[in-house]
Amino acid sequence: MNIRPDPTFYASPKLAMEAPPESFAYTVLLSPDASKPDALAVIDVRPDSQTYSQIVHTVTMPNKGDEFHHFGWNACSSALSPLSGHAFLERRYLIIPGMRSSRIYIVDTKPDPTKAAIHKIIEPEEIFRKTGYSRPHTVHCGPEGIYVSTLGGGGKDGTDGPPGVFIMDCETFEVLGRWELDRGPQTLHYDFWWNLPRDYMVTSEWALPPQFENGIVPEDLLSNKYGHRIHFWDLRARRNVQTIDLGANHQMALEVRPAHDPVREYGFLGVVVDTTNLEGSIWTWWREGGKFHIEKTATIPPEPAAKEQLPPLLQGFGAVPPLVSDIDLSMDDRFLYVACWGTGEMRQYNVHEPRRPKLAGSVRIGGIARRTPHPNGKAFAGGPQMVEISRDGKRVYWTNSLYSTWDNQFYPDGVPGAMVMADAKPDGGLELARDYWVNFPDGYRAHQVRLDGGDCSTDSFCYPSV
Amino acid sequence: MSAADWTPIWLWLAVIASGLYHGINPGMGWPLAVSAGLMERSPRALVSALWPLTAGHLLAMLVVILPFALLVAIVEWQRTIQIGASLLVIGFGLYRLVNRRHPRVLARISPAQLGLWSFAVALAHGAGLMLVPIYLGLCREAELDSGHVAAGALINTNLGMAVLVAAVHAAAMIAAGGCCAWLAYRYLGLKFISQSWFNLDTIWAVSLTLVGAIALVLNLS
Repeated sequence: MNIRPDPTFYASPKLAMEAPPESFAYTVLLSPDASKPDALAVIDVRPDSQTYSQIVHTVTMPNKGDEFHHFGWNACSSALSPLSGHAFLERRYLIIPGMRSSRIYIVDTKPDPTKAAIHKIIEPEEIFRKTGYSRPHTVHCGPEGIYVSTLGGGGKDGTDGPPGVFIMDCETFEVLGRWELDRGPQTLHYDFWWNLPRDYMVTSEWALPPQFENGIVPEDLLSNKYGHRIHFWDLRARRNVQTIDLGANHQMALEVRPAHDPVREYGFLGVVVDTTNLEGSIWTWWREGGKFHIEKTATIPPEPAAKEQLPPLLQGFGAVPPLVSDIDLSMDDRFLYVACWGTGEMRQYNVHEPRRPKLAGSVRIGGIARRTPHPNGKAFAGGPQMVEISRDGKRVYWTNSLYSTWDNQFYPDGVPGAMVMADAKPDGGLELARDYWVNFPDGYRAHQVRLDGGDCSTDSFCYPSV
Repeated sequence: MSAADWTPIWLWLAVIASGLYHGINPGMGWPLAVSAGLMERSPRALVSALWPLTAGHLLAMLVVILPFALLVAIVEWQRTIQIGASLLVIGFGLYRLVNRRHPRVLARISPAQLGLWSFAVALAHGAGLMLVPIYLGLCREAELDSGHVAAGALINTNLGMAVLVAAVHAAAMIAAGGCCAWLAYRYLGLKFISQSWFNLDTIWAVSLTLVGAIALVLNLS
């Protein structure tokens, strides 16, 4: 416990933007065939450093086959609310779930990120026993401690009961139990986030483990059996208050990105694919008159491609779907970044008017058919996937792998780990930085990125920016 | 004036000082008033949030002091009660010293229920307990002042004193917290919230123990 609040806790998004820029990025590494243990890479992102854009430290896990995907900090700016009662936590530990093993690693990044080490390991049995959930995924720090979403319920294949959110103690990392008291019609899970002062949570839907662990199930997708609903919850009462169906053809409603400024009661949701036309889409939800609403506010068309450019899975369609796999909102809520993992494009939308996103910038890299190389000449396998924005909004980092078995279906030639960075211009426009290219060790793929001192998909705020 | 005449003045100053101390501590809620003011973009919302914070704190004080107001009327047990109260405060201080965990149940209270939260947080951290030895001291002073009176009258005097002590304390608390909130809202900006926040858990636990110990010594002497 500190005597003062952690200097990387910011009362408002504006203060987060004014804080010193990030020095290190943390990226999880995945061994897709489970031949090696998964790992956490610490990357130097100080432009004036000798080791800029290089891995300066690796934390290798003691097990194999964990399948790292998303991860998060033990504490963030949300601790600055007196309501949470833990203002003196440190932003210090990374909570890294193994999505396939259901094991969770707690990695200590202090006193020095280049000496980060495992602090604690929570074995799968503890999670099964205390929560009845499996396949932990998204991690957020909030009023009741650390919240972790899961993709599976109980039983071997995770279909015994619905998946949901569980809570961990933010000091001891003890698994405390299920978060939901009344889940309403919710039976699938993926991402979640919230508006703390307004006291609501938003959750999304991907699929149950048999629909993703051994690869995408085309029959299930074409019969619209993947998730297509969004759920709104009373955060403190832990109760589902509203569920909205986007329409069954809007398959896989994944990332939830509420506006950072808590005075703004809206946010965005990315939908991977529309099975009627292969479009990807962006949806805007908002609260008005005590009710939540959502509408499709941007679509991204598929791109025709010759059969020989396509993996067997897509050959029947003669086109590449954009596959909106991740979205991320800048700290000032002005720009929404949309990763089109299929077509190989990172889109930047101006969302100053949240229900009328305007395309403001775009970068082409990778892609199933296009295979656009990096401006430095290097090949970029896969497409833009997990995206993270610096707090000041000037740098946008992303990696290229989606999920081990899905990578193999969409990119059968393999997806060697890559992480790039683009400079974002103040009023829109995106350009890849030629000098930023991370070399990952052979046999590893790269997933989510976290920045020291907080980032745009970690920190939630209790005070507006005004 | 003799030393004895000064005693009630010191005790009243202690009531006010503990109120100011609770008030400036961000953990007791003034940043929530700043948040309310900014969320609604109105200074009126800030002031409105101060009322439930005050009411909750006041109620938490009363809940702890009032039972003692009834107990001290049992004159022959007075000394036992005072020693018991001192030991209770010392014990709670030591407990806070060992167990630093913030009660998790507080995080379940909705941001809309500021009054309930303020009540619960004051109760959970023993804010009311600190007032008990001071209050008992004031009761004794009042009694010495008025000589022996009927038990019924004594209870009335003690109840009146309890309400007065809690009200003065809560008024000092909200004056201090309100000033901090207004300064952050109007002049100093949101940075002031983290700048003004110190981890007082240890000092708080030690001061509870100290207040109890002083009261115990005074009672035994």
